Amino acid sequence: MSEPLLQVQDLTKHFPITRGVVFQRQVGAVQAVDGVSFDVQRGETLGLVGETGCGKSTTARMIARLLEPTSGSMMFEGRDLATLKGRDLKAARRDIQMVFQDPYSSLNPRKRVGSIIEEPFRIHGVLDSADARRKRVQELMDRVGLNPEHYNRYPHEFSGGQRQRIGVARAIALEPKLLIADEPVSALDVSIQAQILNLLSDLQNDLGLTMIFIAHDLSVVRHMCDRVAVMYLGRIAELASNEDLYASPRHPYTQALLSAVPQPDPSRKGDRVVLGGDIPSPANPPSGCRFHTRCPYADEVCKTTEPQGDQLGGAVVACHHPLAG
Amino acid sequence: MAPLLEIKDLKVSFDTDDGVVHAVDGVSWSIEPGKTLGIVGESGSGKTVGGLSLLGLTRSARTEISGEAIFDGRNLLDLSDEELRSVRGGPISMIFQDPLSSLHPYFRVGSQIVEAIQAHQKLSDAEARDRAIELLGLVGIPDPALRVDSWPHEFSGGMRQRAMIAMALANEPKLLIADEPTTALDVTVQAQVLDLLDRLRNELGMAMVIITHDLGVVAQTADEIAVMYAGRLVERASAEELFSAPQHPYTWGLLRSIPRLDSPPGEPLIPIDGRPPSLINRPTGCAFAPRCPYAGPSCLVEPPALTPAGGVDHSAACVLDVSARAKAWKALAAGGGPDDAKGILGVES
Repeated sequence: MSEPLLQVQDLTKHFPITRGVVFQRQVGAVQAVDGVSFDVQRGETLGLVGETGCGKSTTARMIARLLEPTSGSMMFEGRDLATLKGRDLKAARRDIQMVFQDPYSSLNPRKRVGSIIEEPFRIHGVLDSADARRKRVQELMDRVGLNPEHYNRYPHEFSGGQRQRIGVARAIALEPKLLIADEPVSALDVSIQAQILNLLSDLQNDLGLTMIFIAHDLSVVRHMCDRVAVMYLGRIAELASNEDLYASPRHPYTQALLSAVPQPDPSRKGDRVVLGGDIPSPANPPSGCRFHTRCPYADEVCKTTEPQGDQLGGAVVACHHPLAG
Repeated sequence: MAPLLEIKDLKVSFDTDDGVVHAVDGVSWSIEPGKTLGIVGESGSGKTVGGLSLLGLTRSARTEISGEAIFDGRNLLDLSDEELRSVRGGPISMIFQDPLSSLHPYFRVGSQIVEAIQAHQKLSDAEARDRAIELLGLVGIPDPALRVDSWPHEFSGGMRQRAMIAMALANEPKLLIADEPTTALDVTVQAQVLDLLDRLRNELGMAMVIITHDLGVVAQTADEIAVMYAGRLVERASAEELFSAPQHPYTWGLLRSIPRLDSPPGEPLIPIDGRPPSLINRPTGCAFAPRCPYAGPSCLVEPPALTPAGGVDHSAACVLDVSARAKAWKALAAGGGPDDAKGILGVES
């Protein structure tokens, strides 16, 4: 196998919890991401999936260096993204672009669409002449299914789906090597979601993009991804190929998550494994396996010993009692 | 069986600075005691406004509401604000999408439930508190006797929604209107809340209207489903039939555009082109015609009415031939493209 585009090792982000106003002292930490490791191969789509607070967005933001990691490394083309600074960081950012969840707040309302999409060119000093930039922006708008004549309009003149297309055009403007899509369709209506998902698939095929696709919706992730990492409370519970994960989940959490998705099929009413309880707070995660408080198979080992990610077939499963494949 | 609530030709329009928004435009449905009706639609389809208007929650000087909503022999739309207050939270109650903004942050959870109880029943403070504890237990809050004194911010999203459900059930409603009750929740918690609603409906024998954009949620909860588009009902059928033999091209589009856990991965999704119409300047004919691959000149004349479509109590608002539509869906469900369906429907491609 060729060298992965991105190798994430033991990536950790703890947000300090402080008390006091003038003399702030740290009284704890929200362990948003706690020792996450995975590879992203060139040309593949890796899905990060999980519920609120599992750390999927924090992971993405660290890779894009929108957040500073507490520890860990992220090797991208031979360099560690975690330690890059200044000029090197700016250069690396050119290769890693992001599409955000909310197409309303991720576009500057005071700027015209054309200048939003051309901003990456100006920041990175690509395409010096205004005419060339304009031409390229219009090509990009056409590429993502927007009318290039709408170059001079403001974001509020576009619908949610169209705004998300603007966000995609901006993200692919510099032809990045890695595209991170953080819940790109969850703010959109059902009939529009498919339009954006198809656009992302097309772009990936045409441009050979590598993608990290983050979503809470397991059906969407299954549709888009080659491999999927299921996260729970800042750790990866299971990382497997798309087919394996959905056909035979090995981690009890994956199984419960899959069975909780309401299927558009009335004949399958009621055949669900319903997990009890809520997701524990990441500021005070459970000992041992973080899932043990809700896991139907948990025993004493799970309460005391933290499971390591074990290789099971092609999958990595962090569980003391993995399900039969 | 006599319906519990019967809506006839409900229209709700708002006079805004941009023009008159026809949010709900002639909707009729009914629900029998103990049943669950699912109302599905995208944002702006009028599904929420319809629910709110039944309880007088959209009344204002710039709102025009017409039609009938017969509940217990009375037309809810004609009731005074005073009379409606005795209905709201009593025989008909409602839960909302966002459980955080529906609970008052300055009052303890228990005291908000007590308020709901005492608004309709003559109970002493101590009795009402006991009832609140009982209700919190019923909806599965652990240690209800302790939790009754918690603040809303001390509850997780799922617990807040349970507290809202407890409040809605306080006066043993005959009808519960649940507006996107699980949209703000994570999937595992959503499964808990849907199970809870289903269990309570069985135990308490109430009817439920569940309003959502999620076809999975209605498939799992509803006996009957009504599909809304641009302020009108476009299709109504039993849950089984809506998913196995849908009759409206919009329903086809919805079913084919969502990725499913049991469809082959990587299979391209078939989106509905374009976007929903403006509710200020509606298209003259069928509101879906501009996005419908099968629309012809006859679709642009007038908005089609709901007409019988195949099975028992199945109706759809589409001018195309019923049996051709049934065949077209079979072709689409078997993996055919719009062109196959066009041939069957006799539409030029």
